[in-house]
Amino acid sequence: MNLDSRCPSGPIEQKWDKAKFEMKLVNPANKRKYSVIVVGSGLAGGAAAATLGELGYNVSCFCFQDSPRRAHSIAAQGGINAAKNYQNDGDSVFRLFYDTVKGGDFRAREANVYRLAEVSVHIIDQCVAQGVPFAREYGGVLANRSFGGAQVSRTFYARGQTGQQLLLGCYQALERQVGAGRVAMYYRHEMLDLVVIDGRARGIITRDLVSGKIAAYVADAVVLATGGYGNVFFLSTNAKGSNATAIWRAYKKGAGFGNPCFTQIHPTCIPVSGDYQSKLTLMSESLRNDGRIWVPKEKGDKRTPSQIPEAERDYYLERRYPSFGNLSPRDIASRAAKMVCDDGLGVGPTGLGVYLEFAEAIGRLGRTTIEERYGNLFEMYERITGEDPYSSPMRIFPAVHYTMGGLWVDYNLQSTIPGLFVLGEANFSDHGANRLGASALMQGLADGYFVIPYTLGHYLAGVKPGNLTPDDPEVLAAQRAVEDKTRQLLAIKGKRSVDSIHRELGKVLWEYCGMARNRAGLEHAIAKIPEIREEFWKNVNVTGENAEMNQALEKAGRVADFLELGELLCRDALIREESCGGHFREEYQTEEGEAVRNDDKFCHAAVWEYKGENQAPERHIEPLEFEYVHLAQRSYK
Amino acid sequence: MKLVLNIWRQKNQNSRGGMVRYELDGVNEHMSFLEMLDVLNEQLTEKGEDPVTFEHDCREGICGCCGFMINGVAHGPHRGTTVCQLHMRHFRDGEELWLEPWRAAAFPVLKDLLVDRAAFDRIIAAGGFISVNTGSAQDANTIAVQKHCAELAMDAAACIGCGACVAACPNASASLFVGAKISHLALLPQGQPERSRRALNMVAQMQQEVFGSCTNIGECEAVCPKGVKLENIARMNREYIKAAWAYREEAAAGGGG
Ligand SMILES: Cc1cc2nc3c(=O)[nH]c(=O)nc-3n(C[C@H](O)[C@H](O)[C@H](O)COP(=O)(O)OP(=O)(O)OC[C@H]3O[C@@H](n4cnc5c(N)ncnc54)[C@H](O)[C@@H]3O)c2cc1C
Ligand code: FES
Repeated sequence: MNLDSRCPSGPIEQKWDKAKFEMKLVNPANKRKYSVIVVGSGLAGGAAAATLGELGYNVSCFCFQDSPRRAHSIAAQGGINAAKNYQNDGDSVFRLFYDTVKGGDFRAREANVYRLAEVSVHIIDQCVAQGVPFAREYGGVLANRSFGGAQVSRTFYARGQTGQQLLLGCYQALERQVGAGRVAMYYRHEMLDLVVIDGRARGIITRDLVSGKIAAYVADAVVLATGGYGNVFFLSTNAKGSNATAIWRAYKKGAGFGNPCFTQIHPTCIPVSGDYQSKLTLMSESLRNDGRIWVPKEKGDKRTPSQIPEAERDYYLERRYPSFGNLSPRDIASRAAKMVCDDGLGVGPTGLGVYLEFAEAIGRLGRTTIEERYGNLFEMYERITGEDPYSSPMRIFPAVHYTMGGLWVDYNLQSTIPGLFVLGEANFSDHGANRLGASALMQGLADGYFVIPYTLGHYLAGVKPGNLTPDDPEVLAAQRAVEDKTRQLLAIKGKRSVDSIHRELGKVLWEYCGMARNRAGLEHAIAKIPEIREEFWKNVNVTGENAEMNQALEKAGRVADFLELGELLCRDALIREESCGGHFREEYQTEEGEAVRNDDKFCHAAVWEYKGENQAPERHIEPLEFEYVHLAQRSYK
Repeated sequence: MKLVLNIWRQKNQNSRGGMVRYELDGVNEHMSFLEMLDVLNEQLTEKGEDPVTFEHDCREGICGCCGFMINGVAHGPHRGTTVCQLHMRHFRDGEELWLEPWRAAAFPVLKDLLVDRAAFDRIIAAGGFISVNTGSAQDANTIAVQKHCAELAMDAAACIGCGACVAACPNASASLFVGAKISHLALLPQGQPERSRRALNMVAQMQQEVFGSCTNIGECEAVCPKGVKLENIARMNREYIKAAWAYREEAAAGGGG
């Protein structure tokens, strides 16, 4: 497996300019001869499809929802980072780069992260020009807030609906291209396989979710921007349809999978309330700007929160991490919550919860200001729990939220399969072992608006357009394979629902590959998951048929892939014998419970290569070098 | 608690649908409405029956996927709430409910409670944007925007495109949806250059789709889960009339439309 990162040489602040200059160009008249498939219409895919359309390529964009505007990016709440330094508080491209590398616990590629910080400033410009109604100050300039892992205010936001507004800007740009006939939009189409011919990505196989028709689409290059795979855990903050199918199929066709075990558990989510729970709801990290996290000092304290006096509360983040306090990075805040709950100090009916309180902020700033900043989040909390967070603290608990792992890509965002590019949360990303808040939106848009238009052009300039049709024998063979698998799923007609098996997988992963991991647990999970997989293929009941709208079949296909991916997650976690970022191995911690990295053995990205059915996958590495941000134990104390 | 559910079942766009009655026991008050339907579907699957199809994704009230009528009210009885965020604590033990898909000629039913809302995308494609190619933007703070305008624009931009407004309107008008987008962009300085064209083109597309006309009934505002206000429709009408005049003047002066 070739893991050449293709990073340009030279000083880090000149690399991207140099790369852009050295890239080959496709002349304007030739662009429309090249066809490009973009799978995904979230921030990454939507931005890519719109921009490539503007440039004049012949673009087809796919999403499984009924409209590109519904991609899961819509749900992002808190904000988007950019190194604008509008606050004059010491921010810079270098500082955003530094914070991101450090926040990721030194497991990301420096050159990519630097580029991300560099283009972040253009993202805000572009979005404002599109009409994104960011929050503003009375003087008419843009407002900022702070997010975890940073000591500057660089987060731009649109109330608690930043993702929605960014995505609508992007969607509108995309629809403009659809209206102009430059992008063909295929909604309610799910990609079920990748077509690789002569070692190059040349198309995809999709199922039309209304008619069930399975069809092939061919192109000169394929871009995957299909989001994260957090739903492998069943319960997560992701939308119900978020899935790994597109990247998993690509993995099985030869794309390397980077750092699958790097998953992010978000500290502030509404706790689980019962077995029927279908998903978990995030309470944005922005709340930690003004909210204070605490638990009672005494075990089993059954008093209501307002009855517990100040002196009997433990504001454990402020105590343990005085300089970052409630704004400690997510991995640290989540683990701290787990530790207090493990010690029996957790609150709420299950004991799996901590308080997030606003009384102090309401006293200081007044209720109106708090309402203005977080009104919709407070309402959402009230709707779900039936409790009023203005009068009593929220109860929160960590939940699976984001996946830093994903398909490995080089500096040009190209996977190990030539012609297959991966953007947004779907790639193994610039976030290393832990993503900082408000950086995923930034990365998705950076990839889609500002990176792929250059790097894809460079690739296309080196290949001949066209020369493949959907009735090519190799394409037809890929299509038949998908049809066969669909038939197979429908033929089982066993006893169990897809969801019940998915839940079972999720429980195993949360227990053994969640917030804390250890050898024995991971080995157990690696033995257990194949059993669940077997149960699935023997005993699942996928009702109905293919030639109709069939949500059970859609779910079954996704869960079949999760059942394979889950095992890879555990394998990756088992081999990485260190704790870094979101990957916490209990064997490797300090006495105070802080993560201990092993830079001698693990200062690399792990990249997995598929070796065939029932064969162990092979682990490769891309060594990481830190020239600008020196390797150091992370400290937020 | 126990519920009686009468649910619209329809195999596909071309078949006739009808109400089917289900009894569901063991509903927990902390469940969301969709989690309650998940439980029903789990039971149907166990019996080998076809589960009820409904659209959903985020289950956080923001993607705009979900929505159907509960006892004749779009998104159900709780104001300002999508059906995915509606919780069972708002219902009584033994209650009987009627669930139906959005009813509008422009939103054909594809299966059970799920409809086709592609007409909304076509309206946006007709003009619901600001034409600014990637890379051509100036620094974001160059143009100051009054906080008040930004807030009003945000109020309108909060629309999630669920279609409840259309479903609730006796005329099946899409005016609230279209008015919200026209307002959002007309309220911002960035939206000015295309202001007239946008209003004309979006309204024209709305009329081409089979939506009805607005007669100021206000049902749309009442059911909107995001509190998008009727004043957006008034603004759309003003924008449209102004644009129609501007268009005539421009055309008379030999300019484009
Ligand atoms: C609740 C929540 C809040 C968040 N808040 C923030 C925040 O405040 N700031 C921040 O920076 N980040 C935040 N994040 C993270 C961020 O939203 C995501 O990482 C980011 O939006 C992902 O964008 P994307 O374009 O990569 O993927 P998505 O937006 O998930 O888009 C995926 C697209 O791929 C399509 N797709 C997927 N699979 C297939 C398939 N098989 N076939 C066809 N199409 C497919 C989907 O239809 C969709 O269009 C949040 C995440 C969540 C869950
Ligand atoms: S499922 Fe997204 S709004 Fe209800």
